[in-house]
Amino acid sequence: MTNKSGQAPVVPGLPKKKFKLMNWVWAIILIGGLFVSTQETNTSLPVLFQNFSNFTEIFVEMAKPDWSYSGTVIPLVLQTIKMAILGTFFGSLAAFFYSLLIARNVVKNKVVTGVFRFIMNIIRTIPDLLLGAIFVAIVGTGTFAGVLALSVFTFGVVVKLFYEAIETIDNGPIEALTAVGANKWQIITDAVLPQVMTYFISYTLYAFEINVRASTVLGYIGAGGIGLYLQQTLDVFQYERTGTIIIIIVIVVVLIDYISSKAREALMK
Amino acid sequence: MEYKQLAPAPKSTAKRIKTWLIVIISLALLIWSFTDMDFGGIKPSAKQIVGSIFNGLLHPDWSYVYTGDGEDLLSALWETICIAFLGTFISAIISLPFAFWAARTKYKHWFTSRLGKIVLAIIRSFPEIVLALMFIKAVGPGAAAGVLALGVHSVGMLAKLFSESIENLDEGANEAVIASGGSKWHVMMFATMPNLMPSLISNTLYRFDVSLRSASVLGLVGAGGIGYPLMTALNYRMWSRVGIILLGIIILVMIVDWISGWIRSKLV
Repeated sequence: MTNKSGQAPVVPGLPKKKFKLMNWVWAIILIGGLFVSTQETNTSLPVLFQNFSNFTEIFVEMAKPDWSYSGTVIPLVLQTIKMAILGTFFGSLAAFFYSLLIARNVVKNKVVTGVFRFIMNIIRTIPDLLLGAIFVAIVGTGTFAGVLALSVFTFGVVVKLFYEAIETIDNGPIEALTAVGANKWQIITDAVLPQVMTYFISYTLYAFEINVRASTVLGYIGAGGIGLYLQQTLDVFQYERTGTIIIIIVIVVVLIDYISSKAREALMK
Repeated sequence: MEYKQLAPAPKSTAKRIKTWLIVIISLALLIWSFTDMDFGGIKPSAKQIVGSIFNGLLHPDWSYVYTGDGEDLLSALWETICIAFLGTFISAIISLPFAFWAARTKYKHWFTSRLGKIVLAIIRSFPEIVLALMFIKAVGPGAAAGVLALGVHSVGMLAKLFSESIENLDEGANEAVIASGGSKWHVMMFATMPNLMPSLISNTLYRFDVSLRSASVLGLVGAGGIGYPLMTALNYRMWSRVGIILLGIIILVMIVDWISGWIRSKLV
């Protein structure tokens, strides 16, 4: 390629990328991790594809739902929603008071907030179904175990969001009330809460969405709600009934998610 | 001395009615939830069991931590990590095309992206445990079923997060590549993907945290991981073993949360 004067034009290439050692280290960790975890879990795609007909068979049977069964399913779905509402209510109520204890702009003592935060972090690590299994062992099977599990789970989800909301508020009103001699409780009700209430409601709704999802499977381990029937129908291979349950669950969950997310959008406006 | 009262803040009647309506509906729902709830059936031994669990937590069965035969706490936790890792990786790969399908961009019809979003919502709502049971029928009980269940279920949430990052992308880089004559492939490789990468990695790491918690409960239905020994210990009332397993899960989740939080803070 030549131009008028017979010289090759200088085509500026893209600037060379800098060699970054860390990127290669991450890539090696990723590939090594994939190799090791495939070995450890014995995951093999050929086995999956060989038996894929078993998997699709269940799907095909589920796709022919037994609508006469929905009369049994719907009351239980309502019970499941009740569990989710109660769990959300108790969990966020506890989180409300707890978050005031661990917000550093409300409680100035770092030892107190530190200890309470540590407890909070421990509670947050336990997954919903494990809480369910533990509460079933404690209070026995039934909806009460489910409500307790959901309450503790909700607490873990929202308490962190709550206290972070409190810590990001404008400190002006707090200082103003402190300056005129307000006590702790007056500061909380008149300076803190008005600023965070919409966030609290929004987070509670968010927790409710998660709880509706979680509550549908809690019954599987005996903690009340529709999950019990999920287990029973699967155990006796009545997949068309399982299909009915799943379709109703999916419709309810998607509907509640939609309503709740619209409500949150409206709140935040 | 006389204080002058400030004028009250103006309030519109419509707004007030709306607020009260919401409050009344919420209260009604709450009261409805209390109806037909069976709070009476608490086992009389409940108090004693709570004591036993706390006792188990304080006096965990240390001998279970490592026994060398692969049936101990460390190997079960390791299996849990592997399930979460592989499951998250699979779901991240499946999520990419779904995310581009569901992202609302100006290059495609709104109907397409809305359909993609509905499909993702359905995947999200499909109970993970049922998915695990279906995969158990396909590949037999064990960790592999857990991996596949996580891999498919996580797509619902992960692809949603991915599609939101795609929607938030800055159009400038894409347009620059188009303006200098780049093909669709070039736009993808040199503008979209490099810009997208940090948020993809960050979302995937976040999902790994969630998957780790899921992987630790999938064992309750026989899909591998720490859940199975926990269920056994609970059923046989081996409280010190329950204690050590709970401690193991708590420490593992805390460490992984901390590491992934550290990496995510480095990314931004």
